Amino acid sequence: MSSLASSATDAVHLQRTRIVRLNRFDARADRLLRIVLLAAGVLICLLLVAITYQLIHGASLAISRYGIGFIGRTQWIPNLKEFGAWPELYGTLITSVFSLIFATGLGIAIGLFLSMLAPRSVAAVVGPLVEMLAAIPSIVIGLIGVYLIAPFVRSTLEAPLHSAFGFLPFFGPAEPVGNSLFTGILVLTIMVLPIIAALTRDVFLTVPQELRDGAEALGATRWEVIRGVVLPTTVSGVTASCMLGFGRACGEAIALAFVVGGAPNAPSDLFKAGNTLAAMIVNQFSEPVNALHLSSMFYLALVLLALELMVNLIARVVTRGARRAW
Amino acid sequence: MSAIADPAHALTPSGNLVRRQFVSRLVLAGAVGAAALAVAVLGILVFYTGLKGAGQLSLTFFTGQLPSYNGVGGGLGPALVGTIELSLFATVIALPIGVMTALFVSEFARPRVAAVLETALDLMAGMPSIIIGVFVVLLIVDNFQQSVIAAAVALSMVEVPLIARATLVSLSRVPKPLREAADALGVARWRITLGVVLPTSANSILTATVLAVARAAGETAPILFTCSVFTQAYAVNPLHSVPSMPVEILTLAESEYPAAISKAWGAAFLLMFTILIVNICARLWLNRSRRKRGL
Repeated sequence: MSSLASSATDAVHLQRTRIVRLNRFDARADRLLRIVLLAAGVLICLLLVAITYQLIHGASLAISRYGIGFIGRTQWIPNLKEFGAWPELYGTLITSVFSLIFATGLGIAIGLFLSMLAPRSVAAVVGPLVEMLAAIPSIVIGLIGVYLIAPFVRSTLEAPLHSAFGFLPFFGPAEPVGNSLFTGILVLTIMVLPIIAALTRDVFLTVPQELRDGAEALGATRWEVIRGVVLPTTVSGVTASCMLGFGRACGEAIALAFVVGGAPNAPSDLFKAGNTLAAMIVNQFSEPVNALHLSSMFYLALVLLALELMVNLIARVVTRGARRAW
Repeated sequence: MSAIADPAHALTPSGNLVRRQFVSRLVLAGAVGAAALAVAVLGILVFYTGLKGAGQLSLTFFTGQLPSYNGVGGGLGPALVGTIELSLFATVIALPIGVMTALFVSEFARPRVAAVLETALDLMAGMPSIIIGVFVVLLIVDNFQQSVIAAAVALSMVEVPLIARATLVSLSRVPKPLREAADALGVARWRITLGVVLPTSANSILTATVLAVARAAGETAPILFTCSVFTQAYAVNPLHSVPSMPVEILTLAESEYPAAISKAWGAAFLLMFTILIVNICARLWLNRSRRKRGL
C-alpha cells in the first residue's frame, strides 16, 4: 500500500519536474529569441549611426577647410582645389520641388481615382499598372530620358513653354541640347508620380465609409464629398506622402546623372544644364583628382543625407500632429 | 396641373445643382485623365524600350562574353550571371535581418522601442541608394577591395527596409484568435512566434522578398563603386567584382559607339521586362494566396 502511494507521488513529482524543466527551457528559449531578434533591430540602428559617422569621417578634410559655408560656395574646380556645394544643392532642390509640383496634382488625382472614383475592377488593374511605373529601374529611365525625353523637350516643349511662360525666370529661350534641369524634372516626375499615387490612395482608403456616406446622404456631389470630407481628413497623410516623394526625388542619382547635363552652374533657366548632389557623386566619385576632391564629395553626400533626414522628419511631424488632432 | 403631370420634373437637376454636378464630373474626368496619363507613360516607356532593345535578343546575347569597348560582338552572359549572384547574396543577408527586425517590432518590442525601430526602418527606406553605395565604399571597399560581398551588403541595405515593412504588415494581419488559442494552450512565446505567427505570414514574406529582389536587381548606385572592376569574361568569385546588368548598361550607354548603345538598349529591355514580369507574378500570387485565406 505504502509503496503504491509512494510510486504515485513519485509520478506526480516526476511530472512536476518535467513541467518545471520545460518552463525553464521555454523561458530560456523566449529570452534567446528575444535577444536574437533584438540584435537585428539594433543592427539597423547601428547602420544608421555608422552611415552618418562614416560620411562625417570621410568629409572631415572638406569640413575642416570650408565649414558649413561649403553649401554656399559656388566653385567646383578639382584641379585648383576649389569646392562648393551650392550648384548641386540648388539643382537637387529645384528639380525635386518642380517634379513635386507636377507629380502632386497628378498623383493625388490618381489616388482619388483608384480609391473612390473608379469601379473596383478598373482600380484592380490600373493600380498595379501605376505601381509598375515605380518598378522600372532608374538606369532604364535614365536611358529613356537621354534618348526619348531630352530630344522631345528640346524639339517640342522648350519653345512653346518659353513663349507662354517666358516672363518667369524658369523658362528661357530654347537651348541646343536637351539635357537640362527641365529634362531632369520630367524624369523625376515619372519616378515620383507612382509613389505619391500609391501612398495617397492608401491614405484615402482609410477615410471611414460612414463619413463619406453621411456627406452623400446630405446631397453632396462626389467632388463635394472629396473636397469637404476626404481631403480635410487626410491632409496630413497626403502631405506626408508628398514629402516621401520629395525625399525620393532628392536622392535619385543614376537617372539624373544621365539627363541633368552635369554643368557646375545654378541657372534659374531650367532649360540650361545643371547638376545635383547625387548625380555629381555618380559622375566624379570613381576618379577623384585629389584628397580634398574626394572629401568634398563625401561632404556632398553628407549634405544629401541631412536633406533627406529633414524631409523624413517633416513627414513624421506632420503625421504625428494629425494623429493627435484626430 | 401640367407641372404635376410630368413626374420626371422634380428629378431633373436645375440651377445650382447643374453647376455642382458639372464641377463634379469635371473633376472625375480630370482624375480619369491623370490615371490614363500614368498608364500611357508606362506604355510609352515599355514600348520604346522594346522598340530599341527587343531586336538585340539572340542566343549570343544571353550567353556571350561582354562586348569589347566599342560594343561589337559578345553578349551579356556574365552580367546576367553576376546580377543573379549579387541578388542571391544580398537576399541571403537581407531576408533574415528584415524578418527578424519585423518579428521583434511586432511580437516582442514595447511600444516605445517599436516606434524607434519603425523610425529607423523608415529612415533606411528613405536612404538614397547613392549614399548607401558611398557608405559601403568607406566601410568595406577602402579596407579590402571591390567585391560581390561589398555590393551585396549595399544591396541588402536597400532590401532590408522593404522586407521588414512588408513583413510587419503581414504580421499585423495574422488573426488575433490564432495567437490567443496558442496562448490558451500554454504554448511558449517563442513557439507561438516561430510556429504559429511566422508560418501564417510566410507567403506574404516570400512575395515581399521577391519584390525586394526585383528592386535590388535594378539598382545601380549601390554597386557602381562597390562592384565595377571586371573584365569581359564570366566571373563568380565573391571576393572580387563580377559584371552586372545595371553597371554594364551604364558602361555601354556612356560609350559613344552605336553598337554599344544598341547593346545597352537590349540589356535595358531584358532587365526591365524581367523586373516587370516578376512584379506582376508576385502580385498575382499574393492576391491569390490572400483570397484563399479569406483575408
